[in-house]
Parts: sequence; structure tokens; C-alpha cells
Amino acid sequence: MSEHFEPVIIGFTCNWCSYRAADLAGTTRLKYAPNVRLVRLMCSGRIDPTFVMKALSGGADGVLITGCHPGECHYIKQNYKALRRHLFLRRLLKGLGIAPERIRLVWVSAAEGTKWASTINSFVEEIRALGPLGWQKKLATDSKQDAAQEVLA
Amino acid sequence: MSKPKFAMYWSGSCGGCEIAVLNIHEKILEVDAHFEIAFWPVAMDAKVKDVEALADGEILLTLWNGSIRNVENEHMARLLRRKSKLLVSFGSCATEGCVPGLANLAPLHEIIDTAYTTLTTDNPNNIRPQPVTKVPEGEISIPMLTERVHTLAQVVEVDYFMPGCPPESHQIAAVIDLVIQVVQGKAELPRKGAVIGAGKSTVCEECPRKRNVKSIKAFCRIQDVAPLDPELCILEQGIPCNGPATRSGCDARCPRVGAQCIGCYGPAEGVTDYGARLLSAFASVIDADEPEEIERILDGIPDPAGQLYRFSLAGSLFQAGAAAFKN
Repeated sequence: MSEHFEPVIIGFTCNWCSYRAADLAGTTRLKYAPNVRLVRLMCSGRIDPTFVMKALSGGADGVLITGCHPGECHYIKQNYKALRRHLFLRRLLKGLGIAPERIRLVWVSAAEGTKWASTINSFVEEIRALGPLGWQKKLATDSKQDAAQEVLA
Repeated sequence: MSKPKFAMYWSGSCGGCEIAVLNIHEKILEVDAHFEIAFWPVAMDAKVKDVEALADGEILLTLWNGSIRNVENEHMARLLRRKSKLLVSFGSCATEGCVPGLANLAPLHEIIDTAYTTLTTDNPNNIRPQPVTKVPEGEISIPMLTERVHTLAQVVEVDYFMPGCPPESHQIAAVIDLVIQVVQGKAELPRKGAVIGAGKSTVCEECPRKRNVKSIKAFCRIQDVAPLDPELCILEQGIPCNGPATRSGCDARCPRVGAQCIGCYGPAEGVTDYGARLLSAFASVIDADEPEEIERILDGIPDPAGQLYRFSLAGSLFQAGAAAFKN
């Protein structure tokens, strides 16, 4: 990979804490990496693993999921549901040969603008180090016959 | 008036779909009464050149079972697509890759090595199949494997999908009845791309077992739970049962007789990715909030990719594990 790699990261934030942290980071004029495209949901518990898998299989290099701190969920316990799905999804990704570090779950409160900015920066650097996932490219290549010829030769 | 033509073809599959068709018993005579069987290699003699000689669209109905595993499968899929008015992706292999699709978790050379050099194979000279072999009569060739397993719809346009490993015989009979009625002008075809011969809900909807609020402290294998409660939801007893994500249509055959659903009917209506839906369902019933405790419970599902995608890896969002790709 000779050319410069800018990771594409999809971020799912909850409406009540983490999206407000992003807002706070903005109004405080904190500078942080522009690689994360945010999708605001009402709660981290709303995140269907399908969203994450669609992002990764559709071209994203990483997915950031943020929610309220444990015990502070606007919907009482749904961030725990997000945690359980996240831990399970990491195992599935590992089983598929995809680095589980490509997804990260972080708790960020509405007051933690600085934590938001530093979380994004560290995640972008981690994904940069992992390199591109490029799943769409993988699916598009169809070197079928060559692949088989090589194996049997 | 000549009878409409019918074809059935198999590719990467086990042959169970063909047996399920024969399991419709006397109904098979109705197939013969209403259709001229143009091509059905497992049941009668016919050559590919006979199919090539047909006009495009001359076959009314082709049931295709099996995944696309080699270049010949691909060629036949294109040929039968061209010759058929209605192409049905029949059974789990054609529709979502099924068990052959799990090959997409490994690189091709590992699959070949496993087949030709492991202890269970008596192959002392390490002979490998060759694409082309010279014999006194000339050259003969065998079809090459494709890089990974594809579903039928990933290769050609498909009109209808019929899930199941194999599709239940009463569902096959119902679909054949429907096509006969359409031919006689008594019924209309469903919309293109529809799933036929199955329900729209989940296996849980058809399952007679008692369901309560589920909270699971440990997942375990079914043989480790003895005796199984005959009335209670299997998932509630800690056995990963795939019912919550799986399409109805089988009448919950497995849970009825005390075995967990393994998901052969594929994703329920509206589900994009089978594994994601099932993962969500399992994660939701885990009764723990601390990461360490959750991880301990998840240890009870040692092979997440196999558990969540036993039948549907090739048709999933990822389609394969990273190892299957060369680049």
C-alpha cells in the first residue's frame, strides 16, 4: 500500500450522551480527526449488528459505537444490550478473520467533549495501523479460475 | 396442446433436495401429467446439448438446487437461466450457500489439502485432480473450483426463492400445485423475487413450546442438558436455538421433537443478515451486565461463525471469511 490511507469510519452515537459529547467538542472548537462519519440513533441499544456489518462489508474500515456510561442510559439498561451485542460481534468478526479491533464501543457522557475528541483520534490511528479492510474490493475481484489453477498446479 | 417444460438441476449440494421432491409421493405423477420433463439429470437421461438445442425461454419452470462451486455450475446456471421462463432457487444451497458455503471460511488450497492429503484420505502419491488430462481418445477436462462458493442469485437473475435444507415436501407440493394452477389460468404468480413455499414469520411462531422472559446464565450443548424439559422453550434452557432468526414454514419440526432449530430455512422475512439477527437475539437474552460475565457466557458458543451462519454464510453481508480471499 504505497498511497496514503485515510480510514473510513462509521460512528453510531446515542442521542442523549455521546452525540452531545460530539456537540460539546464542536462548540468547544476542539480539533480532531475528520475520518468518522456519525449516525445519530436514539440509543446505543438501537444498534442492530446488521448496521455494523453493513458498514464494514460495504466499505468502512472501522465502526465506532458510543453510548451513555453504564447506569446512565436514558432508557435505563439498553446500553448493556449494546455491550452484549458488541462483545458477541467481536467474536463473530474474529471467526470471520476480521480484526475485532475494527469495532470499538466507548461510553461517553454529554460532558466529555475532550474524551470524545481523544477517543476519535486514538481510534483513527488504530484503524490506520490496521490498514484498509476493503471488503467491497474483495467481493468484486473474481479471479476464480486463476485461483483454482494455482492451487492444483 | 403440448405440455410446458420442466427442468431440475443440481450443483454444489448433497442431493437431499432431489429426495425431498420425490417425497411428494403420488404428486410426482401430477408433475408428469402437467409438464414435459425437459432436463432432470438425477431422474432421467438427457444431455446438456438437448438443453442447448431448446429455444430461449422454452422451459417454463426450472428448479435449481445447489450452490455455485465450480465453473461448470456457473455455466449451467447461465444456460438454464437463458432457457427458462421461471428460475427457482430451490433449497438452502442455491439460496444462501448452506453447509457448502462454510467452505468460504477457508482458503481454497486448505480445502484441497483437506480433501486430498489428510489422514482420512488414502492418497500415498499425493495425486491432485488436474484440470486437463490427456487420454488416448484426446483431452478430457474437469471443471475448476471457483474462488469461493456463490449463491445462485449472485450469478444469475432468480425469479423465486424456496428456502429449506431441504424444502419440506408439503411446501414443494403446494408450490407445484400453484404452478399448475397458473398454467391453467386459475391463479397468478407471486411477485418476482418472492420467497415461496415458506412462511413469513419465525420458527418460534410455529413452535408449541412454552415461552417466558428469557434470561440465560450459560449456553451449553444439547447433549449436556439431560433431561431436556419437553415443554419449555429450548433457548430458555440455554441451548442456542436458531428459531428467533429463522423463517417459518417447516412447522418447527426440530424443536417439536426436542432438538434445537439450526436455521435451515434461512432468514425470516425482512431480515438482511441472518447471523446479525441471530446474534442480536442471543445477546439480548444473556443475563449479565459485566463484561467479564458476558464473556464467560459467550464462551458457551465456541464457534460463532459456524453457529450464526451454518446455512447462510455465502448469502450473508460478508459472504465469506477473510481467508477465502486471495487479495
